[in-house]
Amino acid sequence: MRKIIVPCGLHCIKINHLGVALGGQEILKDINLHIHCGSLNVVIGRNGAGKSTLIRAILGDIPHTGNIEFKDRENGRIQKLKIGYVPQSMNVEKQTPVSVYDMIASYQSNVPVFLKRGKKIRRQIEEHLEIFEVSYLMDKQVCNLSGGEQQRVLLSMALLNSPNLLLLDEPVSGIDKNGMELFYRTIYRLKENYDLAIILISHDLDYVRQYADKVVLLDGSVRRQGSVREVFQSSEFAQVFGSGKEET
Amino acid sequence: MDFFSWLQYDFMRYAFLAVLIITPLFGLMGTMIVNRKMAFFSDALGHSALTGIAVGVALGVNNTSVSMVAFAIVFALLLNLISSKVSSATDTVISVFSSCSIALGLAILSQGGNFSRYSGLLVGDILSITPQEIVYLFIILVVTLVFWIFGFNKLLAVSLNRALAKSLHISAGWMENLFAVLVALIVMVSIKWVGILIINALLILPAAAARNLSENMREYHFFAILFSVFSGIVGLVISYYVNVATGPTIAILASIIYFATYWWGSRNNV
Repeated sequence: MRKIIVPCGLHCIKINHLGVALGGQEILKDINLHIHCGSLNVVIGRNGAGKSTLIRAILGDIPHTGNIEFKDRENGRIQKLKIGYVPQSMNVEKQTPVSVYDMIASYQSNVPVFLKRGKKIRRQIEEHLEIFEVSYLMDKQVCNLSGGEQQRVLLSMALLNSPNLLLLDEPVSGIDKNGMELFYRTIYRLKENYDLAIILISHDLDYVRQYADKVVLLDGSVRRQGSVREVFQSSEFAQVFGSGKEET
Repeated sequence: MDFFSWLQYDFMRYAFLAVLIITPLFGLMGTMIVNRKMAFFSDALGHSALTGIAVGVALGVNNTSVSMVAFAIVFALLLNLISSKVSSATDTVISVFSSCSIALGLAILSQGGNFSRYSGLLVGDILSITPQEIVYLFIILVVTLVFWIFGFNKLLAVSLNRALAKSLHISAGWMENLFAVLVALIVMVSIKWVGILIINALLILPAAAARNLSENMREYHFFAILFSVFSGIVGLVISYYVNVATGPTIAILASIIYFATYWWGSRNNV
């Protein structure tokens, strides 16, 4: 993986009093998170705890109360937050004639993908695919990629407009154990080599234990946050996960 | 026999021009309708033409085309809104509204036993198109091309992953509604010539056939438009010599192309 920029640790993202209510039902309540660049923050919780809702709220896909600030810690200047998002999967079923180029260019370029390939954007996409060693997939159909390949393509896409915050929804299907290991190692290298903060929604506690810098235990509100040890040994953790294993 | 003898008649020349405008338009729109799994949506829109005319008749509007287009646009936006709000399956929601609207339309139009006046709409008749109506079709084609050039990427982005599109500040709701309105406009403007019963076939078949062969968006569009225009022109000529309705002839050709490409695609592992 190419090294682009070392995290400076001087930017921080603050999520203040975030709340989400859908159809009169309160799904998230008073979420406060403080995230530094160069750190891997993992959100855990049982099914229905509001993990995906949290991601959608941060993305602006659903309305929320509270606010999200992006600050330079040295001078306290507030900047515009750029978010890179890696979804669990894309809506491509078999035979969908969308190539990797088509997919990425549709999000990132104004050159109509049905008409021609833009040279500049193609070069840019190629460079970013190369970060994860998948530039050979450029003209492959997205629906024919393996789970791991798709994940790496989506990661390359998320990095394309140099985000300050990377939001990842961990893949739950289509990836085997080796693929998961590779996924976490990639994320880890990403945080070491790029100037960005990472929020990862995870369904696999073993990997969280191994790789996370900070863990957030979510259950409608933040039940507990802190280092892996702090959260995993807390009474709240035992309450949510019972014996310490997730039920998913 | 002179092969181009059919061109000596004005009505055939007009029909030919209309086919040259409608078929690429349908090929183009079809790509996105199939991608977004909106086949049922466009079908429901076609059926709503009857309701639009009925509403016009009930309100005493002179030009029922206007009420038809207006109703279709409202209907399309309503379907979009309800599909996004209601949690039950989209096809069920569309079916409920479509059945309700067509029943209403049939009830009003059949009052006093007059339905036969409107039955021509079911099959359509491209040979009766006038130059002025061709101009309308051409305007819609230009509007669609402009929308496609500036909006297609965004529309594709939204259909691939809505949340991801939103995170990049692509206005998903706007794109979806604009597309629905455009489909409504195109279906309504061409329904008199193509017919309610087969308009969806012409929208879906060329794109579905193109999917059997294509690996990316450029091939997809190229084949969809090629198949659409080819079956349109050949269908018109055949229908002239065999003396059957033009719309169904075009749809039959498009179906044959679909099965041929399906066979070719599965043999060649596309």
